[in-house]
Amino acid sequence: MAGITAEGLSTVYPNGVRAVDALDLEVADGELFALLGPSGCGKTTLLRTIAGLEAASGGVVRIGSRDVTRLQPGDRRVAMVFQDYALFPHMTVAENIAYPLRVRGAAKSVQRETAVRTAGGLSLGELLDRRPGQLSGGQQQRAALARAVAASAEVLLLDEPLSNLDARLRLEARTFLKKLQRELALTTVFVTHDQAEALALADRIAVMDSGRIRQLGTPREVFQRPADTFVANFIGSTPMNLVPRGAEVIGVRPEYLSPAADGLFTGTVSVVENLGVTSLVTLDCGEDQIGYVVPEDDEPRVGATVTVDAPPARVLRYDKETGLLVR
Amino acid sequence: MSPLWVVRRIGFSVLVAVVLAFFAVPMLWLASAPFDSKPGLGLRWPDWTFANVVATFGHPYALTSLLNSLVLCVVATVVTTVLAALAAYALSRVRIPGRDLLLYLLLLLSSVVTGTAAMVPIFVMMLQLGLINSQFGTALVIAGGMLPAAIFILKDFMDAVPRSYEESARVFGASPRQVLGHVVLPVARPGVATIFVWAFVNAWGNFLLPFLLLRDVGRQPAAVLLRTLYDEGGSANLTVIPVFSLLYSIPVVVLYLFVNKRYGFRFHGGIKS
Amino acid sequence: MGSSRPGGAGLDSAGLGVRRAIGFVAPALLLIAVFLVFPALWTLYIGITNYQLTGPAAANPRVVGLDNVVEAVRDPLFTNSVWLTALFVLGSAVIGQNALGFGLAWLLRTVRPGLRRTIEGLVLLSWILPGTVVAYLWFAVLSRDTGTLGLLLGSPQTAWLVQYPMTSLIIFNVWRGTAFSMLLYSSALAAVPPSQLETARLAGASGRQTVRDVVFPHIRGHVLTNTLLISLWTANDFTPFLLTAGGPNHRSEVLPVLIYRQALESGQLGYASAMSLLLLVGNLAIALVYLRLLRRRA
Ligand SMILES: Nc1ncnc2c1ncn2[C@@H]1O[C@H](COP(=O)(O)OP(=O)(O)O)[C@@H](O)[C@H]1O
Ligand SMILES: [Mg+2]
Repeated sequence: MAGITAEGLSTVYPNGVRAVDALDLEVADGELFALLGPSGCGKTTLLRTIAGLEAASGGVVRIGSRDVTRLQPGDRRVAMVFQDYALFPHMTVAENIAYPLRVRGAAKSVQRETAVRTAGGLSLGELLDRRPGQLSGGQQQRAALARAVAASAEVLLLDEPLSNLDARLRLEARTFLKKLQRELALTTVFVTHDQAEALALADRIAVMDSGRIRQLGTPREVFQRPADTFVANFIGSTPMNLVPRGAEVIGVRPEYLSPAADGLFTGTVSVVENLGVTSLVTLDCGEDQIGYVVPEDDEPRVGATVTVDAPPARVLRYDKETGLLVR
Repeated sequence: MSPLWVVRRIGFSVLVAVVLAFFAVPMLWLASAPFDSKPGLGLRWPDWTFANVVATFGHPYALTSLLNSLVLCVVATVVTTVLAALAAYALSRVRIPGRDLLLYLLLLLSSVVTGTAAMVPIFVMMLQLGLINSQFGTALVIAGGMLPAAIFILKDFMDAVPRSYEESARVFGASPRQVLGHVVLPVARPGVATIFVWAFVNAWGNFLLPFLLLRDVGRQPAAVLLRTLYDEGGSANLTVIPVFSLLYSIPVVVLYLFVNKRYGFRFHGGIKS
Repeated sequence: MGSSRPGGAGLDSAGLGVRRAIGFVAPALLLIAVFLVFPALWTLYIGITNYQLTGPAAANPRVVGLDNVVEAVRDPLFTNSVWLTALFVLGSAVIGQNALGFGLAWLLRTVRPGLRRTIEGLVLLSWILPGTVVAYLWFAVLSRDTGTLGLLLGSPQTAWLVQYPMTSLIIFNVWRGTAFSMLLYSSALAAVPPSQLETARLAGASGRQTVRDVVFPHIRGHVLTNTLLISLWTANDFTPFLLTAGGPNHRSEVLPVLIYRQALESGQLGYASAMSLLLLVGNLAIALVYLRLLRRRA
């Protein structure tokens, strides 16, 4: 078992794209760590650079105390699950799972035994002799996980492990993944562009943009106190209200706003959207539009005038120039 | 149903029948003449006999030439498939300096330099190298001619193999050789099989190159012997020609049926040149 | 690029590295260089000598410059052959295979699957059977007295290959080569969006109007590609030698046959090379147009 350290890590593609840009990162031993960011921000590239599939153009990658920057992928003791799972179509599930052992020249009986044991732990026991093409999406995902687990690596890397599953299955797989990671206590880095997934799963999250880390913290920290307006915008299922006030921008999550006699914003109700047990209300306040969330059956009429307020600790102030959190 | 519709329907059926006849009638000879007691260059209901088959197997060069064809074909096909697979894999995966130019030139070469256009220098070259009548040399010439197209078609197949397969294997510690043997070749097998069959059929039917380069009748493949039978001793040897034609065609037809069943006759650019 | 990036880590998905990759490509390139590139270049040299198969010029060929080319252009046999080749390409490939290939692809869409497979199978068989065998099949169709065509038309005394050699060759080559066009057009037609065909049907367009207004715009590129490729192959086809050997009296002597006869039967290697050169230049012209097309589509 081991943590991961990146110091000043850069990855530049031959076409000049600087996908990872002088990035520092520390992932603790046994941690479930999320790389979160919009598409194209360099998450996959960072993961591949840690795995050794892309060569670092500068900086250092360490796994535990070993400097692996110049090692071949196979010598780094990492296991990886690709976004498309990369299950070998000509091998059975058992052969796929045992592949890491086959490469190391393990005996056939040991290979089979490991495949059976690992598959059992991931409820794949019935499917050992099927081909990947005969599995459902969720089964394929678990088979790919099983193969990575069977590698008994020090570090597990997952590229968008849930994005190829449909919505309902994704929730199930999410819970499963978290449980598995807890049981194995294996240092795990997973990439996602879905903030809800990152918040739900991770011990800590790194929010990335243009090859750099914008904020690194626990899900709670990242949700409650986004370090800058970019993160504030990106995190949360309903976008944060960001309202310019002089040299600052005021940020309040719609969930923290509620009607009050006197408060931050006053406006006319223009839209009411049903979110299930809550509704999202949009207020027109002159130039700005303010969203806030009300419980079911408490929706105001469209056209009504409403004033909303939030607890002072939930009202954030950002510098208008830099976008950074002031307080 | 309107009369126009009926007329159209009949016209359509007649058209299909004519097309069918155009392609089928010439082939009937291959079914009738070999078993006719008086085989000729024409179509008639055979007066059944197996005498021609016996005569053909008794011909001093018939079986030898089929064997020669097999040797020539296997060498040319194996050389083409193995070399093309290696080259296509490397060209598909690695940006070798000048790769795009190389691919362009290969495509150009494969269409411009045909056996027909280059027959004189090839003949002179083999003459001066003392390789006239060398089966191995002739096989290499045939392979050289097939390689550019083979590389091209195989590269298409290799490009379609997801890179994550290899990367996955590498993360688990597979060496380049293991990546190739465990993952790439098995996944690209339909492509390799296609090229193998394509090369075999092409080499099997190739007439011009062995005709130019193998002058000794004992070393000639079936393609050339079949021609020799036409004017050997002044007139066509009609006892042997039909049966021999049939024997010589069987491997091609079997391979075709195999490919058709296994992979369907998919379409790959200029698969036959 | 390898040296500018630190670490031995992956430069490519295969983990081969440039050096090993070159090792993988080299054997194939060597074979191509020796048996394809070198002969092509050597044609240039032999073409400007008076090299002969036998006699004094065999041992010590002399450079005669462009004499061979000039002589070829003035040689009535050569001009006759160029004309016949053009006729052969135009008749059997550009018109024959193209039209029949498209017609088959279009017809077979609506035919029962069983019949469709039979017709496709026969067309493909005529393409893959060895050339020498195919020559006999057509002797059996075209020969005098016993030939199938004579029997069908009730004129068994006609020796088709002697009396109408070029027409015979053209029809033969349509039979032999249509499979490629059929396959190409079938896959092109399969790519025409069905919704557009249905729109045309709803608008009441006839079959001809549908082809002209809906289908053709989609397959225009394929028509050009197909025409170029089959023209190239037909111009370089040696099978006419097996059927008529250029006869009677040079009346079907297409370029490949003329080159063979000049080189191997008359022993005029230098002169034949000069003619090959002209064939190579023709091939090059077609291939360049073809590659430009491919590039534009990519
Ligand atoms: N093989 C490549 N060659 C060149 N540029 C690439 C390559 N792969 C990714 N990029 C670029 O690098 C940036 C980061 O890509 P990626 O790491 O895939 O982002 P993410 O996984 O966050 O969506 C993007 O701008 C992308 O266009
Ligand atoms: Mg990605």
